[in-house]
Formats: sequence, C-alpha cells, structure tokens
Amino acid sequence: MNYSWDWGMLFRDPYAGWIISGFTTTCILAVYAWLIAFSFGSVIGVLRTLDNKILRTIGTIYVEIFRNIPLLAQMFLWYFVIPELLPADAQHYVKRGMPDPQFWTAVVALGFYTAARVAEQVRSGIQSIPRGQQAAALAMGFSRVQVYRYVLLPIGYRTVIPSLTNDFLGVFKNSSLALTLGVMELTAVARQIEEYTFQSFEPFMAATVLYSCVTLCVIALMRFLERRTRIVGTASAGGH
Amino acid sequence: MLQRTVAIASLIAISTIISQPAFAQSPGGSLGKIVASKTFAIAYREESVPFSFIDSTGKPQGYAIDICLKIADEIKKEYKLDKMDIKYVPITPQTRIPVIANGTANAECSSTTITTGRMKQVEFLAPDFITGTKLLVRKGSGITKIEDLQGKTLLALAGTTNEKAALAAIVKHNLKVNVVKVKDHPQALLNLEQGRADAYTSNDVVLYGIRTMAKNPSDYEVVGPFYSYDPFSIMIPKNDTEFRALGLRVMSNLYTSGEIFTMYKKWFEPGPTNINLPMNDDLKNALRLNAFAD
Repeated sequence: MNYSWDWGMLFRDPYAGWIISGFTTTCILAVYAWLIAFSFGSVIGVLRTLDNKILRTIGTIYVEIFRNIPLLAQMFLWYFVIPELLPADAQHYVKRGMPDPQFWTAVVALGFYTAARVAEQVRSGIQSIPRGQQAAALAMGFSRVQVYRYVLLPIGYRTVIPSLTNDFLGVFKNSSLALTLGVMELTAVARQIEEYTFQSFEPFMAATVLYSCVTLCVIALMRFLERRTRIVGTASAGGH
Repeated sequence: MLQRTVAIASLIAISTIISQPAFAQSPGGSLGKIVASKTFAIAYREESVPFSFIDSTGKPQGYAIDICLKIADEIKKEYKLDKMDIKYVPITPQTRIPVIANGTANAECSSTTITTGRMKQVEFLAPDFITGTKLLVRKGSGITKIEDLQGKTLLALAGTTNEKAALAAIVKHNLKVNVVKVKDHPQALLNLEQGRADAYTSNDVVLYGIRTMAKNPSDYEVVGPFYSYDPFSIMIPKNDTEFRALGLRVMSNLYTSGEIFTMYKKWFEPGPTNINLPMNDDLKNALRLNAFAD
C-alpha cells in the first residue's frame, strides 16, 4: 500500500482538540439518550406486563414500531419529517430557535429507538418472575403499584442487568449515526480530519480505540452494578 | 512440515519464473498491473454532477469519467491489448484517498481539488476544471456575499476545501455565523428548502448543479465572489511515474487537439442536467498551460 503514516498528527493542534470534542459529544449524546431510553423504556416495559389490554397494546405497538424501523431512517424522520408536521411557530422554533437542533434530534431519536429495546428487556425481566410472587404480594394487601415497586421491578431489573449492558453499549455505538444529521461526534470528527489531512487510517484508528475504551468502561460499570445489587437466593445471584 | 515448506517455496519459485517473461515487457507500477490484468478501475462519485455521477440506469458517467476513459483507451492502444475492461468503484469524499492509496482503483475521476496536503498521499494529473467557493442562497434573501451572513446559518460539507475557505472568510470579517455541517449535497439542499439555513457554501459549479435538483430551481441563486480557487484534477497513486506520464500525455493531447472543448460542451453547455455553464477564462488558460507537445 502506498501510504505515508503520520501518527503524530493525532496529537497536533487542531486535530487533538477535535478528537476530544468529538469524544465528549459522543459520550454526552449517548448518556442523554440512555436516560430517555432507560426511563421511557421501563414505563413501556411495565405497560406490556399489565393486565389492562389497552395499555398492553399501546406498549406493544410502540415496541414494534420503534424496534422495526432502522435507526438511520428514524433519525431522518425525526429531523426532516416530524418538524414539517408541526404548526408554524413550533416549526420555526425546532428549525431555528432551539440551540443545537441536530444534537437534540439525535438524542431524541436514539433515546426512543433504544427505549423499545429496553422495554423488551424490562418486560422479560418481570415475566421471568414466577406468577406466584405477584399473587402472594397482592394477597398480602400490596396495591398494584406497590407490587411493581417492591417486588417485581427490583428483581426484574437485577435479572436483566447483563442484557441491559448490551443496549447501553449499543447507545454509544449507534450514536455514530448522528453524523448523518451533522452532529460532530467521534466518527464525524474522524471523517473531518480525514478530509482535511487525507490521513484516513490514523483518525479512524483513534476513534476505534476511544469507542473500545468507553464500551469497556461501561461493561466494567455494569459488572460492578451487577455484583453490588446481587441478592442471594434469587435468579440474579447467578453462579459467576 | 519441512516437506510442506519446500513445496510452497518451490511453488513460489516456479510461479516467479513463469511470470517473469510476461512482466519483462510490461511497464512497472500500477501501469504494469493494468496491462497485465487488462482492467482499468475508475473511482467515481454518485452525485458529483456533471463530473462523475450515475444516470437513471445506474451507469457512471460524466466529464471526468470521459477523460479517464480516454486514458484507458490510450493504454489499450499503446500496449496493443485485445481488450480493456473498465471496472467502476463507487467512492465518497471520505473513501477516495484510501481507495487510490491501496490500489482498489487506478484513477479517481470526479471533482477533487488539487491541494498540496493531499499530495502527501496521492498525486494529480493536469487540472481539468477551475472553480471556486461561492454561496447558494434563496432568491430575495438579500445575501450577496459572506458578510451578509452575520447572525445567520451557513451549511458546509464537512472537511471540504470550501468549508475551510468559508471559515477563513468568516474569521477575516470577524463575523458570527452559525456553521452547520452536512453529509452530502442533497442533504444540504433539503436543509435549505426546509428553511433550516440561509446559505450553502460549495464550489460554484457544484452549486449550479445542486440548483438544478431543487424543486423549483428559479427560487435559488449562486452569489458571492470566489472565496477560494479550486483546480480539479484526476487523482492517481503516489510515486507512479510511468502511469502519471501516460496520463499527462493523454490530457495534453486532449488540450492540444481541442477535443477537450467538445467534451466540455457535451457536459456543461447545457449538459445533460441543464447546468449551462460556459467555460471561464481561468479554465481556458489552465488548459493552454497544460497542453504540452508530444
């Protein structure tokens, strides 16, 4: 291959600064999106386990829509199509008024997409608990809310921590699609540096290493959480 | 184990001996590979109208591709090949360097600006088009130059020479402009049509091309003086003397014979996309300066 390597460029001005700012954007974007995904996904997940048929259907429709449309298409829909459906004032605010519309659109798109996946994890966590526990709690005089708050959710969440780790990692990796809206996150920055310097391999190598670092940190964090919250005698106490 | 090593070694030795005479008459570098494989790989863009783009049937075509086809023809003639297969390799601005550097394509034929920075990784043939950075704005917006963008939103394709030029002009005039990066030309147009931005900066020829893709082309106009000087050329691998010499000869011949003017007419006046851009004096001079005798 006919290529001049120059690893030093990664540490030179302005490229070093770009990489740091891209990395920060990726992390902030992913964390905000995860907050939406986790909280909203939990609500939808709970809806899907309720006895009320209407609420359950709403949950199912949400999950199927958001899980089955590719994330890239969802990003475009949120950015280019949804604003067109708003009334004129709101439309103007979304397009021009609000700060950093590309970033926040990406957060919303990624958040709601991942929420569908989180919802499925939460549902399976709750459904993995034997029906008897719920019946016992109700028989003890717990209200429906209390059953979820004190019995189902604490155990359900613990059971699905390993699979939630996957979705948490996914948020970081999928955040790279935000570059299609013009968000200057890590992958976009790598491309930008490539365009400026025509050194294409070094910036992407740097991006790869940074993505790996952050995902390894997430894995370590989730392992730690898993160990800390373990209850002896439940499914989540598992062998490892 | 030893037996296998010996077997492999002798296989390599034999194949080297056998292939030796074939290469002896062939040129070196990528030209040698082109002649040996009888295949010329052209890297093309899908949306760089009218330099390098795909038509409705998906076939790559354009002004720059025509020049590359002439180079392929010349190789076929020079080395008396019975055929020359053309392989098309799709690229984006992000992939054009690696594709040339690692030999996937022999020549990149689109609208790439010659820069000395890029010459660290690749080389260029003679300039085949001269353009510069301008602005595409909505008609009646009152924007005629970059100074009018104070407090407004400007779109730029991330990493292009045009983005650099626009940012430099913004700094020079001490302006506060919200610069939003876009992924490609169609997305820039979509942003402009939806009223998310006030202007898009790119090469003027590209802007004329994008304008023809708008829902209503007469709503938009290209304004401003040139904020940069962008000579386009064909990109080829570095340190590839023989191929480069042949490429330059083909282009010189096109420029000397005047055939390039016919090609220009075919793609720009008015051209298949109705771009209707007469040849500017800079390009006429560039063509004359690069027309060397055989």
